[in-house]
Amino acid sequence: MAVKNKKLNLKDKYQYLTRDMAWEPTYQKKEDIYPDESFEGIKIVDWSQWEDPFRLTMDAYWKYQAEKEKKLYAIFDAFAQNNGHQNITDARYVNALKLFLTGVSPLEHAAFQGYSKVGRQFSGAGARVACQMQAIDELRHSQTQQHAMSHYNKHFNGLHDAAHMHDRVWFLSVPKSFFDDARTAGPFEFLTAISFSFEYVLTNLLFVPFMSGAAYNNDMATVTFGFSAQSDEARHMTLGLEVIKFILEQHEDNVPIVQRWIDKWFWRGFRLLSLVSMMMDYMLPKKVMSWAEAWEVYYEQNGGALFKDLERYGIRPPKYEDVANEAKHHLSHQLWTTFYQYSQATNFHTWIPTEEEMDWMSEKYPDTFDKYYRPRYEFLAKEHAEGRRYYNNTLPQLCQVCQVPTLFTEKGDATKLSHRQIEHEGERYHFCSEACCDIFKDEPEKYVQAWLPVHQIYQGNCEGGDVETVVQNYYHINIGEDNFEYVGSPDHKRWQFIKGMAPQQKGDDQAEKTVQKPNAA
Amino acid sequence: MSIEIKTDSVEPIRQTYSHIARRFGEKPASRYQEASYDLEAKVNFHYRPQWDSRYELNDERRTAIRMEDWYAVSDPRQFYYGAYVGNRAKMQESAETSYSFCDKRNLLGRLPEETQKQILRLMVPLRHVELGANMNNSKIAGDATATTVSQMHIYQAMDRLGIGQYLSRVALMMDGTTGKALDESKGYWMDDELWQPMRKLVEDSLVVDDWFELTLLQNVLLDGMMFPLVYHRMDAWFAEQGAEDISMLTEFMRDWQKESLRWINAMMKAVAGESEANRELLQQWIDHWEPRAYDALKPIAEASTGLDALDEVRAELNTRLKKFGLQSTGVSA
Repeated sequence: MAVKNKKLNLKDKYQYLTRDMAWEPTYQKKEDIYPDESFEGIKIVDWSQWEDPFRLTMDAYWKYQAEKEKKLYAIFDAFAQNNGHQNITDARYVNALKLFLTGVSPLEHAAFQGYSKVGRQFSGAGARVACQMQAIDELRHSQTQQHAMSHYNKHFNGLHDAAHMHDRVWFLSVPKSFFDDARTAGPFEFLTAISFSFEYVLTNLLFVPFMSGAAYNNDMATVTFGFSAQSDEARHMTLGLEVIKFILEQHEDNVPIVQRWIDKWFWRGFRLLSLVSMMMDYMLPKKVMSWAEAWEVYYEQNGGALFKDLERYGIRPPKYEDVANEAKHHLSHQLWTTFYQYSQATNFHTWIPTEEEMDWMSEKYPDTFDKYYRPRYEFLAKEHAEGRRYYNNTLPQLCQVCQVPTLFTEKGDATKLSHRQIEHEGERYHFCSEACCDIFKDEPEKYVQAWLPVHQIYQGNCEGGDVETVVQNYYHINIGEDNFEYVGSPDHKRWQFIKGMAPQQKGDDQAEKTVQKPNAA
Repeated sequence: MSIEIKTDSVEPIRQTYSHIARRFGEKPASRYQEASYDLEAKVNFHYRPQWDSRYELNDERRTAIRMEDWYAVSDPRQFYYGAYVGNRAKMQESAETSYSFCDKRNLLGRLPEETQKQILRLMVPLRHVELGANMNNSKIAGDATATTVSQMHIYQAMDRLGIGQYLSRVALMMDGTTGKALDESKGYWMDDELWQPMRKLVEDSLVVDDWFELTLLQNVLLDGMMFPLVYHRMDAWFAEQGAEDISMLTEFMRDWQKESLRWINAMMKAVAGESEANRELLQQWIDHWEPRAYDALKPIAEASTGLDALDEVRAELNTRLKKFGLQSTGVSA
C-alpha cells in the first residue's frame, strides 16, 4: 500500500481482529439473525460502545492455555503416580470434593453450553467473542475437574456418578435449578446472573473457598487446578463487570430490569452458597476461614464497594442483603445439622464436629454457636454414642424457588423457622423466605415448573416409593458406601488403614451394607 | 537390564467413574473418555427456555436428525480441551514463524499492487465467512446435546475465529497495520458483485434453526468446497501470479482443514449410518444447500482459478458424500 495512515493502537487492532469481521446484514433481517436479543426488554442503542473486557486473539489463547494445561497435567500425573490422596489432612476432606464434583462441576458444563448459546445470541460481535472464550474455558474447567478428581474416585466413594446424581439427587437440585434458571432466561439475564452476580460478585465465596480448602488440606490435584483456572476466572470477572456497565450505560430503561435481576440473582446465589458455607465450616479438617469471615470480606466489604461504584447508574445494593448479612452467623450450622439428618440420602458423609472444631466454632461464632448449635451436636453425639445415630426419615419440604429445604430461620430470631406460602392458580406454594417468595411472584409461570425432588419422590417418579429404593436405584448412591455417617464408613476405614491405624479387612465394604442402616423409624 | 523404582502400590476400589464404566466397562479410562462422555444434564430440567419454549434445555429435538445415542458420534482425534489447545498451540507456533518471517522481509509489500489488490479482493474477505462459521458453530455447541458433539463444535467455532484473525493479519501486514486494507477488503464483501452470493449464503445460514442442518451446510458442504478451492486451487493460482509467498500464510488453513475432515467425516458416517430416515433428511438438505454453496463460490472461482477447479472440488466433495450413502445432485454421475 502506498499511502499509510496512522498505525492502529492495540485496542483498535483487536477490534479489527474481532468485531470488524462482522457486518450489517442486508439479505436477512437483523432481528431474524438475532431473534433472542430483544424479548427481555433490554435496550441496546449502540453495540460499538462495548468495551472488550480483555484482548486475546486465538493464537495467543491457544499458546497460553496450552502452557497452562501442560503444567496442570504434569501435576495430575505426578499426583496419581505418587498416590497423592494419601497426603491430604484427613479423609473427611474428600467429602468437600464429593460436594464439588456433583454440585459444581456439572455447572461448569452447563456454563459451557450457556456461553456457547449467548456467544451466538448477541448482535454485538465483541460481546459474542468474549462469551465464546468463556464457553470454551468452562468446557476446560468441566473437563479438568473430572481429571483432577479421577484419582480420588479410584480411592474414595461418592464421586463415581456425578452428572447422573446432579440430575436427580434432592439437594443437587439446588445448584441445578440455579443454572437451569439462568440458561432458560434471555441472554442479558444469563450474563447478569452468571457473569455478574455469580462470577464477579460471588466467585470468591464459591470457587475460591473450594480451592483454598484444597490448598489448606494438601490436595495438590485440586489446588493446582484452582491456580491454573485463576487467570481464566479473572477474564470471566472482567466480562461480568463490563456486561453490567454496558447494559446500564446503554439506556436508562435498563436500570430497573437490571436491578430486579441483581436482586434475584444475589439471592439465588446466596442460597446456593449455603452449601459452601457448611463445606467451609464443617467439611474442611483444616479450616481456611469461617463462613462469617468470608462473607464479611468478600461480600460485605468487596460487594459493598462494588455497589457503591454502581450507585452512579442508579443501582442500589441487592434487596434482602440485610437478611443475608445477618444469616452469616447461622447459615453453616443450620445446613450441617440438616444434612447430618439426611446422610442416608447424600453421596457424602456427615459427622459430629470434634471438640476442637466445636471450640473453633465457638470462637468464630461467639453469639450463636454455643447458644443454638453446640447443644444440638452434644445431643446428637450422645444419641450416636448410645447406638442411635439419628437419621430423619421424613422428607423435608423444599422451597419452590431455591429448592433448599425450608430450614432457615427468621432474621433476628434463630428459633423461628422462616416460611412463606402463597396460593397461585389454585395451588399452594411454599418458600424458605420472603426473598424466594418475591422471586416466585415476579415470574410464577417459570417457578411453577420447578422439578422438586421431594414432590417427585412422593409422586412416584423416582423409581420407587421408599427412600432406600430411590437412593440406590434412582440416585445411584451405593448404600453403605457413599452415604451415612462418616465414622465407621468404608472411606474412614480405608483412611485408618492408610495411616496405619487399622488393619485392612477383606469384605469391609460388604459388611457396611448390612450394618449401617439408619436406626430411626 | 531395566531399573525398577519401588512404589507403595495401593489397590484402587474402582477404575473409573460409573458413567464411564457403563459405556466402556470397569477398566482404566482414557482422559478423552472421562472428559467427554455423559457430562451434560439429561433429565429433570426445571424450566422451559424463555427463548424457545418448544423444547427443554439439552433437548435432542432441536434437530430433526434422530440418534439412538448421540455419543455414537465421537472424535477420532480424541480432543478434549487440553489435547485441543496443545495441538493448536503447535500449529500457531509454526504459523507465527511464517507470519513473522513474511512481515520482517515485507514479502507482501513487495508484491505488485495488482496482486495485492487481488489478495484483498479474493482472499481476505473470507474473514467474514469465517466469522459466520464461528457464529454457526457456537450455536451448534450451544444446541447439541452430547459433549462429544458439542465440544467439537466449540473447537471449530474458536478455530474459525482464529482463521479469520489470520486472514485479517494478512491485510494488516499489507497496509502496515493501519486497517486501511481491511476496510478496502470489507468493501468488496459488502458491495462487490463477486461476493454477494456468498454473503447471502452466509446470512441465510445464520437463520438456519436446525443445528445438524447447520453443521451439514457449514462444516460439510460449504467448507468442503471452499477450503480446497481457496487454499489449494487459488493458492496455486496466486503462485502463478508470482505470489507464492502467500502460501506461507495459509499453511495453517490447509493443515487445519486436513485435520478437521477427520471428525467431520466420522460424524457424517455415524449420523448417516444410523438410519434411512437420517440419510433421507441429509439428502434433502444437501439437495437444498449444496448447489447454493457451489453458486456462492462460482464468481470467486471465475475471477481466479476458473470454473474447472470448482467443479473438481465439487466432485471431490461428492466422492466424500458417497461414502456416507449421499450425493450432491449437481454432479453428473
